[in-house]
Order: sequence, then C-alpha cells, then structure tokens
Amino acid sequence: MPLPKLLRLLGGATVTAILGFILLPALVVTLAAFNSRAILSFPPESWSWRWFVKAIAYDDFQAGVRNGLIVTAWASSIALVVGAAFAFALDRYEFRLKRTLETILLSPLVVPHFTIGLGFLILAAQLGFARGYSVIVACHVVLVLPFVLRSVYISLRNLDPRLELAAASLGASPGRVLITVTLPLLLPGLVSGWLFAAILSFNEFTASLFVTVQRTQTLPVALYNYVREYADPSMAAISVMYIVATATVLTLANAFLGLAKVLNVEHAR
Amino acid sequence: MPAEPRFSAPARVADGTNGSAHAAVALTGVTKQFGKITALDAVSLFVRHGELMTLLGPSGCGKTTLLHLVAGFLIPESGEIAIDGQRITDVPAYRREIGIMFQNYALFPHMSVAGNVGYGLRMRRIARPEIDRRIADALALVKLAGLEERRPRQLSGGQQQRVALARALVIRPKVLLLDEPFSALDRNLRASMQVELKEIQRKLGVTTIFVTHDQSEALSLSDRIAVIADGRIRQLNTPHEVYRHPSDRFVASFIGDANVLRAHLERIEGAVASVALGAARVTVPMRTLEGSAVGSAVDLFVRPEDLRVAETDAAAAAHGTIAAQIYQGGHIDLYVDAPEVSSGRVLLRVPSHEAASLRPAGTRIAIALAADVAIAFRSA
Ligand SMILES: Nc1ncnc2c1ncn2[C@@H]1O[C@H](COP(=O)(O)OP(=O)(O)O)[C@@H](O)[C@H]1O
Ligand SMILES: [Mg+2]
Repeated sequence: MPLPKLLRLLGGATVTAILGFILLPALVVTLAAFNSRAILSFPPESWSWRWFVKAIAYDDFQAGVRNGLIVTAWASSIALVVGAAFAFALDRYEFRLKRTLETILLSPLVVPHFTIGLGFLILAAQLGFARGYSVIVACHVVLVLPFVLRSVYISLRNLDPRLELAAASLGASPGRVLITVTLPLLLPGLVSGWLFAAILSFNEFTASLFVTVQRTQTLPVALYNYVREYADPSMAAISVMYIVATATVLTLANAFLGLAKVLNVEHAR
Repeated sequence: MPAEPRFSAPARVADGTNGSAHAAVALTGVTKQFGKITALDAVSLFVRHGELMTLLGPSGCGKTTLLHLVAGFLIPESGEIAIDGQRITDVPAYRREIGIMFQNYALFPHMSVAGNVGYGLRMRRIARPEIDRRIADALALVKLAGLEERRPRQLSGGQQQRVALARALVIRPKVLLLDEPFSALDRNLRASMQVELKEIQRKLGVTTIFVTHDQSEALSLSDRIAVIADGRIRQLNTPHEVYRHPSDRFVASFIGDANVLRAHLERIEGAVASVALGAARVTVPMRTLEGSAVGSAVDLFVRPEDLRVAETDAAAAAHGTIAAQIYQGGHIDLYVDAPEVSSGRVLLRVPSHEAASLRPAGTRIAIALAADVAIAFRSA
C-alpha cells in the first residue's frame, strides 16, 4: 500500500529540513567566502575571489597544509599498519585479556583529545623530546588508531575464512594466501580505514594545539591562530577549499573502489 | 615426485580393507577436541583408491571436522592420518594435494571463473599455455565452457558449484573432499548434480570423501557409507548392507524410513532368533539382542517396503485403520494407525501398480510382513 499523500509530504519536508540543517553551516561559509568585504558577514553584498587568493598566498596557511599533510600521511599510514596488525590478532588468535584489549582498542572517544594532547606534551617534555613532527605523529596515531582498527576488523570479520582454506588447499602457502586472497579482499577496508584516519588527522585540532609549535602547526591550529587576530573571510575560503578537496578524494575513492565498500556500509555476502 | 617411505606402521583393522598401507586415505585412532567438546573420538577410517566414501550423520556429529583433518586445516590431538601410505598428520594443507569443495563453494569473488579454476595451477607455477589448456579441459568437464570471464556473483548456484568442482579437480588432487555440496540446491538441480558428480568421479577415478546429513543422498551416491554419531563411526559398509543390516538402533533409524513395531522374542537359535509379531514370524540376528530373554519385548525395525496389505487374516502381523494415503508416483505411502504394535503411525510403501491396495482412509486392513528377515533391538 502506498504511503498516504499527507504523510509522504510530511516525510519529504522533514527529510529536506534535516538535510538543510546539516548543510546550512557549509552553505553559509561558502557564501561568506565569496564576500568581497573584509568582514565575515552574511549574506554578502558583493562577490569576489580575493579571499581565496589571500588564503592561498598566506604563509601560515601554506605551512599548515604542508605540516598537516606530512603528519596525516605518517600518522594514518602508521595507524593502518599497527591497526591492521591488532585487527588480525583480535580476529585470528585467542589470548589472555583479549576482550579487554578489544574493548579498549575499539572504543575511541573515552579519553578526550585534550587529555591525549596534554599527555603527549608532558611526555615529550619529560623525555626531553624536541617538539618536532614525531610527537604530533605519535599523538595522531593514538587518536586515529581505533578508527583504522575498527574498519579493518569489520572487514576481517566479514571475510569468509573458507576462502583462505580453499586457497591453502589449492597449494597456496600462508604468505601467498595473504597476498592473493586476504589482502585483495581486505583492500576496501584498508583504504577506508586509511581515509578515515587521514581525514580525522588532517582535521584534528584539540590535541594538535598542545603538541605543535609555530614551526610545526597544522592547518586547524594555523586557522585558530589566525582567527584570534583577524576575522576576514580567508578562513571561509579555506573551508570551501577543504570541502572541495575532501569531496574530490571521496569521489575518486568511490570511482575506483565504490563508496559503499570504502565506507564499509555494504553488507557482507 | 619421489615418495619418501616414511609412513607409520600400518594398522590392521577388521573392516574389510587391507589396512592403512594400501588405503588412499587412512585415519588411525584420530581424536580431535575443541576445548571440552570431543568432536572426533579415536576414529579409524580407511578409504580405498578411487572409491566414493560418504560420511553420513546428523548435524554436529563431526563430519566437517573429519574432512578438515584430512585437508590439513586442523591437526588432531592424537592419532595419525596418511594419504597414499605417507604419514601427513602434521603436513600443512598447502602441501597435501587435496581438492576440497565447500558447502557455500567459497569461490574467490575477486577473480573470474578462469581465475578461480586456474588458481591452484598458478600456485604450482605451471606454464601459462598448460594452465590455459587445463582450465579449458576442467570447464569442459563440468560443462561450463564459455563462461571463463564471468565473475562468481554473475553465476547461478549450480554454475558456482561446477566452478568449485572444476577448481578442486584441475589440480589432479589425490583426494577430493566434498562438504554437503548439494544442500544449497533445489531438489531437481540436486538430483541432476548428484548424477553428474557420480559420473565425473567415476570417469576420473578420484578417491572422494563426501559429507552429507541426507541419508537418501548417501544411499544413492556412495560406494561405502560411514555412519557417524557423536564423533564415532557407528557402521562402515556398502549402502545396501547399511540399509539392510544396520549395526545398531541409531543406524537403523537414521538410514531410510523404518517402522519400530512392538514384538516379542519367541525363540533363540544360536546366532539368530525368531520374533513374533501378531500371527507373523520373522528371523532376526541375535547380535543386536544381546541379553534379551525368550518372551521379552523387543523393538522390531521393519522397512516400509517390507510391509504389505494382507489379503487374509491368516498371517496378519497387525491390524489397523488407514489414516492417510499419499500418492508418490512410483509408489504409494500408506499411513496406518495400528495401536497394538506402534504408538505412532505405521508406514507401508506399496507399488502404485498394485491398484488393489488403494483403499479409502478409514478402511480397516490387515498388515503382513513381506520379508522373513528383519532386525530387532531390545525395547528401549
Ligand atoms: N572451531 C570449532 N570450535 C569449537 N567447536 C567446534 C569447532 N568446530 C566444530 N566444533 C564442534 O565440534 C562438533 C562437530 O562439528 P562438525 O564437525 O562441524 O559437525 P558436522 O559437520 O557433522 O555438522 C560440534 O559439536 C561442533 O560444535
Ligand atoms: Mg558440517
């Protein structure tokens, strides 16, 4: 039976309203970015690209993007390797305290980001570490590890163990089973885990604020420092570029791997 | 490949084979436990070259465990496994030269049909032209030529099964293992696949261990059947022997349809005994009646086709009322209420050309025994 018309209209309106509400901030920021006036106002009266030009040319933002990319690349890659190893161990082996480890590793957000940032700050000071990239990377690895682990773990759970047994029976040594069967089938989970980690790491602010210095500040920290002194639409321009870049990455991932698979929402079998 | 002569001393077991040295697959006293569960309990099994051996038993009795031990996916706690006389108990799966087909086929979803079938050949680093030739041969064998480039998900269940079979056979395995291969197929397809499997198996002469919980499938396909319950082999013999001479109550009720009728032991004559059921007399082996005294109640197991509608009361084993009459094409199943011999319904299976046996429900009939040999067990 089709939904009654009124109900359908109401439903449609609700969905539209919710979507609108979610997209509203992005929309406001996008419009503000094209405002030619030097204040963050809405709606703009005249239009311009000048804030994009200014934002791109601004040294601190350039450095922020560069630092952010370096940290993100290292942190999400290390988290991928470590997370995948943990996921394999949790999925394949029985050991003492397995449940505890599983709970800890799979439940992010229990410890607030500023606590982790502060912890790394104190540690780095205690151990006499120069506050270079390594501290930021280590901090980000801790922050994104649960997401990578979860993504790989879910993919592993969904992998039919009989596929690996079949490969072994056909003469594939454990190493070749891994390369020819396990890894190809885990690829979407690995890519999605890495992407999540990268996006989270690139966006991370709270913990990064503690562990970065002027020389190593990532983009969110640079934006924060900027907004403390200025309030022009450059930040809005950065936001727009950020959204476009993220959308491009996700679109590419979708084109090559299928978004449903990358985001791990496709039901197994 | 030169075979190293390092098999363990062959165990001689009185099961009709020549022991492990000549068996294609030999399990000797194999025990497998999962924690507290004993999945297999000191099982010995010798599979002959080229035979199709079925492992038959209810779900959870240890069939898959046994298959996985032979495949090398599991290592037994105790006991030895040998293939072609070579001890392989702890040889890893990938060096065992075994073909296995899983219940869900387990085709590699990221490879084409040709990729799946050729997988084992690539692992053996065989030259490309020969791989291609052998893939083509294997696909022709299972009647799938022309589908090389398809992905598994683009195939029907029956086609996927053929790919799985081709993939297992193309490596020319020493043993082919099949775990409930037909359980996911619909009835018609299942019947035709059974025939086809049997033909292929015969043609290639490949030693095969076939797992099923479906007793009719076991009866129709097997050279020999190993009936398993609770991790032990209860009986190992040809389908006919298992059906006609079940070794115990479990086997008798698990294989084929059987009526359990209340009878009593009338006379013991050495290894056999005479059992009385109404006016009928039937000879049973004493082996399954150990300890029963003359005059005691026994459960007489009678196959539905060994019962018939009696014309006269003279030799009637029992009397009853027809409760239902089900036309099955070649035969008719008559369900009869006969409270004096059975608390459940008694099943008679009569050829449908015996139209005289067609009587309306509610008719009172006399039941006679069509066989003079049966099997009985002490009343439970
Ligand atoms: N990996 C396992 N871990 C624990 N118990 C298992 C495992 N595999 C099988 N079992 C147990 O062993 C027994 C036999 O199982 P299985 O060989 O799969 O039976 P079948 O194939 O005859 O249905 C069952 O009781 C089952 O629960
Ligand atoms: Mg099973």
